[in-house]
Amino acid sequence: MRTSITRNRILTVLALAGFVVFLVYAQTNWDAYRLRILNLCAVYTIFAVTFNLIYGYTGQFSLGHAGFAAIGAYAAALLTMSPEQKAANFFLAPIIPLLRDVEWPFLPALLVGGTLAALASLLIGWPALRLRGDYLAIATLGFSEIIRVLFVNWQRITNGSLGLKGIPDHTNVYWSWGAALVTIFVVKRLVDSSYGRALRAVRDDEVAAQALGVRLFTHKMMAFMLSSFFVGVAGGLMANLISTIDPKVFMFFLTYQIVGITVMGGMSSLTGSLVAAVLYTVFLEVLRPIESPFDLGPLHIPGIPGMRMVLFSTLLLLVILFYRQGLFGQREFSWDGLLNTLARLHRRVTGLWGRTPPPSTVEKGEQ
Amino acid sequence: MTVSLFFQHLANGISLGALYALIAIGYTMVYGILRLINFAHGDIVMVAAYVAFYGAAMYALPWWLAFPLAILLTAGLGMIIERAAYRPLRGVPRIQLFTSAVAVSFLLENLGIVVFSGRPKAFPRPAFLDKPLHVGDVIIISYTPVAVAVALILFGGLLYIVHRTKVGMAMRALSKDIETTGLMGVDTDRVIMIAFAIGSALAAAGGILLAIKFPQINPLMGVVPGLKAFIAAVLGGIGNITGAMIGGFLLGIAEIMIVAFFPQLAGYRDAFAYTILIALLLFRPTGLMGEVEPEKA
Repeated sequence: MRTSITRNRILTVLALAGFVVFLVYAQTNWDAYRLRILNLCAVYTIFAVTFNLIYGYTGQFSLGHAGFAAIGAYAAALLTMSPEQKAANFFLAPIIPLLRDVEWPFLPALLVGGTLAALASLLIGWPALRLRGDYLAIATLGFSEIIRVLFVNWQRITNGSLGLKGIPDHTNVYWSWGAALVTIFVVKRLVDSSYGRALRAVRDDEVAAQALGVRLFTHKMMAFMLSSFFVGVAGGLMANLISTIDPKVFMFFLTYQIVGITVMGGMSSLTGSLVAAVLYTVFLEVLRPIESPFDLGPLHIPGIPGMRMVLFSTLLLLVILFYRQGLFGQREFSWDGLLNTLARLHRRVTGLWGRTPPPSTVEKGEQ
Repeated sequence: MTVSLFFQHLANGISLGALYALIAIGYTMVYGILRLINFAHGDIVMVAAYVAFYGAAMYALPWWLAFPLAILLTAGLGMIIERAAYRPLRGVPRIQLFTSAVAVSFLLENLGIVVFSGRPKAFPRPAFLDKPLHVGDVIIISYTPVAVAVALILFGGLLYIVHRTKVGMAMRALSKDIETTGLMGVDTDRVIMIAFAIGSALAAAGGILLAIKFPQINPLMGVVPGLKAFIAAVLGGIGNITGAMIGGFLLGIAEIMIVAFFPQLAGYRDAFAYTILIALLLFRPTGLMGEVEPEKA
């Protein structure tokens, strides 16, 4: 047992080291387009993992992700933009003096964005987390829309519907994947702790959890604020990645996508959220050609704008109806699981070659 | 503000309220029976507007044929959605049902973008709805009384169905307890489907009025009116049909009046309804006419 724990630690460290090497390679050798996709994968991973925390583990259906991401994005953008850029952006009405001359490094800007998002979640969570399931969803969706309307109207802070252009492109794969790994680590530690068990109890049966002494509201709030903090950070990463934001970017469509990714990956599986977020981002790019016209020999096939989202939402509906556990259900990646699978594969392959498989070295019951 | 100006705004508010009321009734009906916020309701509104558009503009049908046809087809769509996306999930935790509703909504919006194209289309407005009417100093276009009349007539019809027919009785029974109602010999699936058909038909009527009022339609047009109609339903007490009607008119009038009295808040108009919702959920979650419902496990 002990050896397997040590072995797993070593494997984890090796895998992380390998991943870092991959990131370094990608950052130095890949072109801007592929890097952008790699960065987006990380941003969507954070979105999905945090949504999983609040919905998958705590059972609170919050549809406020887009709003919290907007807060983080605007905060990070306004804090990192140079005074000249701001002057160029705010030509309709001047920016408020408080923000005019600030130009912060990236990290504090991201943290401020996350903190503001967490405070906003406190504001809406305080009334809304007392509500049951779908009411909470509508209240948070409404809140997210309020934020958007405010951002359209606060001309002197957000530049209104014109949005912000020329946000410095601070986000690279170290920032984005660093933040994603930190998020996964924190959320994983949380859900595996006694708090995490309390959160699951709240999800499965509020009345029973309360009877066992779990303070419902405190636990929901903690999960909600933590989740919103990371969403805010992810919003900041996104702003400094795509370099142009306006309130339309943060419409409810963004939230739906996050819901879809998380449900498909599997509720209560962080592995699922990560895999689904990466698959989603990559497939969205791979499928891009179907939205623009192309020629197949003599055939001219017109592009169908919006087709990718139709495929995605159809798939989402099918998953909800027929395969509710998604890709991973409640399972998580583990080295033991991986090694067992590999051992099984190995045996099957050797079996194909007609040799008698070696006496089972794996635990019984694995078949 | 002069008296006539006040009445002018009131008329505008009522014409907007009629719209919210029609959509809110469908929300409330489905909620009353399944305890489901049918998130796709707003998108059903959108589909109805497009079907009416294609009937009237592309196939040049007269409006009295195109509009009822659109309502009928939309009712069918509501039944299909119920059958395909909600019925398989009976008996699973309600939040799953709601997730399915979100997915249906997402799908309808995206399908709308692909099938109808994202570009807004001008909706052909029947000429008789465009006449200005002078009532004292107040000028209202003929659309307003027609919209109100449509809302009231459909509302009356619905009350009749719910309170005077056998299907209506079954619906009321379902809203108390689905399982027991089934044991008493009611074909619950059929009644739920009828409720969806009626709710979607009302949404369709609302959608057509919406398209006439803002004579432009786009695939996302249903989302915001849908959300606001839901808020109207909560305002009236969700599950209560009369409450939804009153809530719809109240919300419509309030939205117009706020902007009329505080023009500087015009930009925040869309945030107003959500603020009402959050305040309402805080202080009076049962709405104006709703009854307190014990927490069910």
